[in-house]
Amino acid sequence: MRAFLLRRLATLVAALLVASLVVFVVLQILPGDPALVILGPDAQPDTLAALRHQLGIDLPVWLRYLHWIGSLLSGDFGRSTAYDIPVSDLILQRMAVTLPLAVMAMALAGVLAVPLGVAAAVRKARLADVGIMGLTQIGVALPDFWVGLLLILVLAVHAAWFPAGGFPGWWHGAGAAFRALILPTVALALPQAAILTRVARGAMLDIGSRDYLRTARAKGQRERRIVWRHAVPNALGPIITMMGLQFSFLLAGTIIIENVFALPGLGALLFQAIAQRDLVVVQDLVLLFVGIVIIVNAAVDLLNAAIDPRLVEATA
Amino acid sequence: MRVGLAIGGALTAGMLVLAALSLVWTPYPPTAIDIIHRLSRPSAAHWFGTDPFGRDVFSMVMVGTQDAVAVAALAVLLGTAIGVPAGMLAATRGGWTDETVMRGADLTFAFPAVLTAVMLTALRGAGAITEIIAIGVFTAPVLARTTRGAAAAIWVQDYARAARALGRTRRGVALVHVLPNILGLLIVQVTIQLSLAVLAEAGLSFVGLGAQPPAPSWGRMLNEAQTYIYTAPLLAVFPGLAIAAAVLGLNMLGDGLRDRFDPRRRRSAQ
Repeated sequence: MRAFLLRRLATLVAALLVASLVVFVVLQILPGDPALVILGPDAQPDTLAALRHQLGIDLPVWLRYLHWIGSLLSGDFGRSTAYDIPVSDLILQRMAVTLPLAVMAMALAGVLAVPLGVAAAVRKARLADVGIMGLTQIGVALPDFWVGLLLILVLAVHAAWFPAGGFPGWWHGAGAAFRALILPTVALALPQAAILTRVARGAMLDIGSRDYLRTARAKGQRERRIVWRHAVPNALGPIITMMGLQFSFLLAGTIIIENVFALPGLGALLFQAIAQRDLVVVQDLVLLFVGIVIIVNAAVDLLNAAIDPRLVEATA
Repeated sequence: MRVGLAIGGALTAGMLVLAALSLVWTPYPPTAIDIIHRLSRPSAAHWFGTDPFGRDVFSMVMVGTQDAVAVAALAVLLGTAIGVPAGMLAATRGGWTDETVMRGADLTFAFPAVLTAVMLTALRGAGAITEIIAIGVFTAPVLARTTRGAAAAIWVQDYARAARALGRTRRGVALVHVLPNILGLLIVQVTIQLSLAVLAEAGLSFVGLGAQPPAPSWGRMLNEAQTYIYTAPLLAVFPGLAIAAAVLGLNMLGDGLRDRFDPRRRRSAQ
């Protein structure tokens, strides 16, 4: 177990380093001069040189990379050229919207999907199964941002139960902030719940009629207990793996859905940064998102290993 | 399940026909502005109504099909052109080549299309090419993994081993025995990726990272509809339905093809 843990952590660190290198290379070495983009084609050469110096892009490439990574490790994300404040301050502010949104959506998707998937598997090929599978087929096809628009249309414009967008901030009381996040959470969660339901059903069917289930039945245990005590825990592996993969889609979805609900999260910041050519912020944010995806997937591996020690033996 | 295949095939064919038809005919020119009839409700003259500039929404949805089909097809083609050879190479060579390709796939998979699109947009501006590259980059690792997994399963089959024992080169076995046998599975995966690509394209053009005006795209139509959600709510409905129908069709087609190509699944489905 310890060897497995160490090796997985080593892979994680290596993946993060390579990811940072990719982000850096794409944004810094590919053709295109940010100073020229910011100042336009009519800029004077000395103005360009001054801006290049201010942006730090007159230094050798490898030095800039080491400087960036070194600063990141010491918690210094650099300075936003557009806001002229530390990028870490910006990220912390915006994280207070994006993180709760993504986590709540993931949780809602799981809470909806696992019981539905189990119910469908238990009633395989019967009406409930066909109905649930039909619904998930449609759910998978819905773009989350469109679900968001429809929710606004029905529950904010027509019924006025929820705000159509905007975010009051957590400091004016958690209630209003929470309410502002409900519709985006639902919009993000529904398509993911549809995918997860299908995975949960498949995992339950794969467990099918294993010996330990037959034994439990032979002992005369109640079917409900057999399902939830014996079958579901054994089906958790694929479900957790899928949730890890989905987190990547959820983060990407958050970037887009913040646009629909005018939420001041990391996604909104990313688009402002592009519009304002704030390359430091773009670079930090892309790495942050990619880093979160990589870390979550490593956590999923460890979680699966903790649930099912056989996996550790298989890879050792 | 055969019903699913038929519905999926019909929806996909409908989308292709609509895209092709819109090249030569639409009820109205999709960019024709008619301010007098702006924001009109659906009627016999304008089946889906008109937008804030009086443009015919049905014509715009029709032309938007071109964007969805072209971007999704080219992006998945790019992803396939990278992913399938990489997966084949990993399965054929094994060892550290396999390890390198698979870790590379893991890493690439950590870049959702929207992040790649953001980086490319920061460098060279938004547009269809940016979209195609971003979605293609996200597609490649999925196809690499699928190819590698399926190919590895063929390599241990008796006929593949026999061909090696009879003196065929590894490359020969890969091309003559492995590739034809995993083709069905690859077609299924490509269909599924096409549906994901249509979804991703809609998302990217919704946030302005995709095709630029005046070329109509479903995502941008939804974005423009947001402004008029109080006065003309139906504008936010039709392009979304078009996206959902396209994705649903491709998904059902993929599922149907999978049942057909994979005998193991066919048996369990009965």
